[in-house]
Amino acid sequence: MKEPIISVKNLVAKYGDETILNDISVDIFPQEITVILGGSGCGKTTLIKNILKLYQPFSGSVKIFNKEVTSIEEQEFDKILSKIGMLFQNGALLNSLSVFDNVAIPLEQHTDLSKNVIEKMIKVKLDLVNLSHAIKMVPAELSGGMKKRVALARAIALDPDILICDEPSAGLDPLTSASLDELILKLKDLLNMSIVIVTHELASIHRIADRIIFLDNGKVLFSGTLNEAKHTEIPEIKTFFEVGKF
Amino acid sequence: MEIRARTLFLEGELTKLTVPALLDKFSKYLENSIETIDLMNVTKIDSAGIAFIDEIISQLKFDPEKSLTMNKIVQKAYSTFTSVNIKSVSPIIRLDFFTKLGTGFFDFTKSISNGIILIADIFFWSFVGIFNKKGQRKGSVIQQALFIGVDALGIIALLSMILGLILALQSAAQLRQFGANIFVADLMGISMVTEMGPILTAIILAGRSGSSIASEIATMQVTEEIDALKMMAINPIRYIVVPKFHAITICIPLLVTASTLIGIFGGLIIAVTYLDLSPTVFINRIFEILTLRDALIGLGKSYFFAWVIVIIGSYYGFNVKGGAEGVGKVTTQAVVASIFWVIILDAINSLIFYF
Ligand SMILES: Nc1ncnc2c1ncn2[C@@H]1O[C@H](COP(=O)(O)OP(=O)(O)OP(=O)(O)O)[C@@H](O)[C@H]1O
Ligand SMILES: [Mg+2]
Repeated sequence: MKEPIISVKNLVAKYGDETILNDISVDIFPQEITVILGGSGCGKTTLIKNILKLYQPFSGSVKIFNKEVTSIEEQEFDKILSKIGMLFQNGALLNSLSVFDNVAIPLEQHTDLSKNVIEKMIKVKLDLVNLSHAIKMVPAELSGGMKKRVALARAIALDPDILICDEPSAGLDPLTSASLDELILKLKDLLNMSIVIVTHELASIHRIADRIIFLDNGKVLFSGTLNEAKHTEIPEIKTFFEVGKF
Repeated sequence: MEIRARTLFLEGELTKLTVPALLDKFSKYLENSIETIDLMNVTKIDSAGIAFIDEIISQLKFDPEKSLTMNKIVQKAYSTFTSVNIKSVSPIIRLDFFTKLGTGFFDFTKSISNGIILIADIFFWSFVGIFNKKGQRKGSVIQQALFIGVDALGIIALLSMILGLILALQSAAQLRQFGANIFVADLMGISMVTEMGPILTAIILAGRSGSSIASEIATMQVTEEIDALKMMAINPIRYIVVPKFHAITICIPLLVTASTLIGIFGGLIIAVTYLDLSPTVFINRIFEILTLRDALIGLGKSYFFAWVIVIIGSYYGFNVKGGAEGVGKVTTQAVVASIFWVIILDAINSLIFYF
């Protein structure tokens, strides 16, 4: 069995007094696409944000690239972060900057590449998400789905080792959503990325998932390969795979 | 609506349009003893109608399964819209006095320590930022300086001018009675340099830049832009606050100097036109009376005003709670707090240097 690239052990996550994740352990394996499933409000985004220390975990351990990050030095952690790309659920583009400048941020901040090279990389990344024409626009001029795609371009700007996408296809039409899946598969194959995706789209899960983690009520209800998930007897997961709903 | 044989008959339409009248009517029927409700002749019902039935049931403490007879239409609507089986949310727990006091104190100490950490961070990164521009956007200091300084110059000049005119005019009337015309120069010089110039500039900056800093950061916080920056291993303080801190540090002495000079010029106009002083006499007198110490104290404190405005704007911005509404709230709080602290600092300054 491969070493996990992200390993979460006994994680407890709280907002104030409210416990959202109660003693969760999950592993994310390299060069795989892991899909996180679960009903709305069950804590998927919370799990991701706690892994990335955007919220400090209440207790438990999180290892990324085999390093314990809950107690790590800030500089060390920044190094780890620069190898991770994240697509936020609402895009989280910097509204004061153009599409071009948004995608440029990680490149300008973390590389010493020349302006021309950066410009080319940005064009390629925007082309990958089919948004070459929007390069000069500002976020306020984009549709919801377009913002998501720009955010994805920004997340993959540095060709990260780990890509985390919080509901990349919510708000996209089926065609765009399918081409997004294609792109994600391509990224996995070409760049050996390890990818974590939160999604509810059954079709997309069938297309891309290697492994599935199912959250429910602050616990991990199921974790295993796509095939195992399809044949499990756990009722919630069975219904999900039958009708695509929780 | 009528009652026969202890049964309440409801018929016709039971919708949001008819329910209000029925509610009125029903309260009069309450004395009669009712045991069942007949809904067979209802022709149309919506969620308001169902809520009305639920209300009757709860007032009469009925068991809905036994006491209702309904037709198909009602049954269908009832199964979707009834509130009977929805668990009520547990009420908010009221805290007793001591718990409140304790939590309040805890929050207070926490916000103080957060504030101190933020101040330390801002000063540290601003200092580092002088030598190392990493983590900042190119050109952001210039951009901020244009906004904080150049764009504010017009309004500051105008208000300083008006203030200078008013100040001189009001005192001129008094001074003239004693033939002490020349002292208008003393008054204008000292008050503009040590007090009015710095404080007027600071208050305008608090209103313009303090509010924009707070609302910009708060909006970024609410839309997860700050999280996105952290995620890209970019320190939000370096990226957002440091350029503003540098810009305001560059701009404040220039703005204060401009405000002071223009205010004194206002005084000069009154002195010449109203008090028959010659400009040379007025200006010479000002140079005689002002010491370098006064000028330095005036400029020196204005740096503190400027930094307080940036720090308070950032503090409120980073600590925003809630959505768009929260942004508005912290913006107001930031302006009020920065004006408050500017005046407090000014008072402390006067105590130290002039008491
Ligand atoms: N900043 C916050 N402060 C307090 N509670 C929060 C905060 N963010 C989320 N929550 C709560 O945490 C729970 C989990 O939220 P989370 O965003 O992780 O859900 P999710 O699984 O991502 O849902 P969705 O599929 O709708 O995005 C919810 O009950 C929500 O109310
Ligand atoms: Mg979510």
